[in-house]
Amino acid sequence: MTLVSDNSKRHQYIAANVVKPTSARIVVPRSAWSKIFNNALIRRTVLMLIIGLIWEGYAIIVANDLVLPKLSSVLAAMWHSSINGVLIIRTWHSLQTLVVGYAIGIGIGHVITTLAITTRVGSDLLVMLTAMFNPLPAIALLPLAMLWFGIGQGSILFVLVHSAIWPFALNTHAGYLAVSDTLRMAGRNCALTPFNFVAQILMPAAMPSIISGLKISWAFGWRTLIAAELVFGATSSGGGIGWFIFERRNDLKLPDVFAGLLLIVIIGVLVEGVVFRLLEYRTVQRWGMMRSV
Amino acid sequence: MKASTIVGVAKPMGIVARNTVTETTLERPRQNSSEVLVRAENVTLQYAARASVVTATWRVNFDVHYGDRYILLGQSGCGKSSLLKAIGGFIRPSEGCISIRGAPINGPSPERMMVFQEFDQLFPWKTVLENVIFPMRARSWTRKDRIERARSFIDKVGLTKFANAYPHTLSGGMKQRAAIARAMAIEPDILLMDEPFAALDALTRARLQDELLRLWEELRFTMLFVTHSIDEAVRVGSRILVLSPHPGQVRAELNCPASGGQSEVKDFEQWITSMLHETNSEQVAEGNAV
Repeated sequence: MTLVSDNSKRHQYIAANVVKPTSARIVVPRSAWSKIFNNALIRRTVLMLIIGLIWEGYAIIVANDLVLPKLSSVLAAMWHSSINGVLIIRTWHSLQTLVVGYAIGIGIGHVITTLAITTRVGSDLLVMLTAMFNPLPAIALLPLAMLWFGIGQGSILFVLVHSAIWPFALNTHAGYLAVSDTLRMAGRNCALTPFNFVAQILMPAAMPSIISGLKISWAFGWRTLIAAELVFGATSSGGGIGWFIFERRNDLKLPDVFAGLLLIVIIGVLVEGVVFRLLEYRTVQRWGMMRSV
Repeated sequence: MKASTIVGVAKPMGIVARNTVTETTLERPRQNSSEVLVRAENVTLQYAARASVVTATWRVNFDVHYGDRYILLGQSGCGKSSLLKAIGGFIRPSEGCISIRGAPINGPSPERMMVFQEFDQLFPWKTVLENVIFPMRARSWTRKDRIERARSFIDKVGLTKFANAYPHTLSGGMKQRAAIARAMAIEPDILLMDEPFAALDALTRARLQDELLRLWEELRFTMLFVTHSIDEAVRVGSRILVLSPHPGQVRAELNCPASGGQSEVKDFEQWITSMLHETNSEQVAEGNAV
């Protein structure tokens, strides 16, 4: 075998003219099944149904409402508690507290990270504070909060804000630091004030990290809120879902307890699947910073 | 130490003495300063590393005149990008002074717009049109004017159809075109280009070089263009500053053959090549001596 092939024997070809395909089927339509399974919502609903069926089947085998109530009785309990308004009021109360605490936490987080990226002392402060407070469970501050703010809304808000600030600040700051030098210089070239530089360049450029910070903070806030309500339960006047769960457990109404838990799950899924999904779709996905799921 | 003036550059026999540089000049010829837009005087740039200070350029002098297509040419490590960033106001010289219209440069400004090599210089959260409009915040133009002007520059770089596209949907060449439109549209005093075509394929690069020259013919802006490619320097430039590396120093300052035959251009390129090689072998010799 020779290493150099003899080109004189090879056929050459030059297209007379290159025609852009117009009638040819470049886009082949998908089959019906492929369309259905390409829809994430349908796929996940099917998965959810299967898990629900397994639950229902296992509960029938166990046949003890005090250990594991059937999914059907949980749903029925949820329906009843919603109809008479108790669960709705409790949920509304929890969500209100959560949104207020979350908003304050995110606001403070923004101020801290903006200071951290524009000044050196701010950056030292942020690094130190996140290292100190991020590992500190919010609920461990509850006894202290009760001394400072009394038993009630104030204390819950305090621990809620604490649990929302640090994961958000940590993620956002990491996102700011990861913005490329090129993008920074391109931004600095446009005569921006330090505040505008953060708001118009760093913030959108770090959007993927900011959104993941928002998500983690939301989850932390939700957890902290329910935990705080469970602790407070007995004395709080207008309690939330945590209080509802606590109350019904005392009455040994297990389906109601499960209904409360299920509702927390459902709200979590809705916020993740609608609010954050929409935010991602309108920002990082449109900008090509994140793949669509 | 080598002097920063041009000494003893042996010209090949084939080159006609078209260049104003004479081999015996020891004093830099100072041109009429009213024509000078950017002046670099004894510019030394240093980076503070953890343990030591790295010198990127050492006492570099040059003048950029209005309407120049001024090239900073040299291999990696000659500090050409650092020089450009210093003129952009992103780095402060540790010695010497850089001035524009006689006023010392201090910090970045939209009057000195940079175009970078990297494709991620466009703001991914803005469409091409929004990207081109954004720096205009520094101008007092009306919103209508801004859009009109942005559109006209987007047309000029051939992105008309993509004005409303987000950068991530564009090819590398289109991104660089958009970046050039963004830098030009606000009509800066000088356009600073940091190897803008280096990451492109050869075909696209050649096309963009031609387009840039065409734009210059039309608008006669002043630009400072950094490259490591001799071929690109001769093609794009009107005047070339050849830098020798480690640390960056001026090796030569040349006028490009304005309209030479192919062989003349080739000779000119070869001359620069030999100059750069010469510096290389000198350095190797220095290294051996130590």
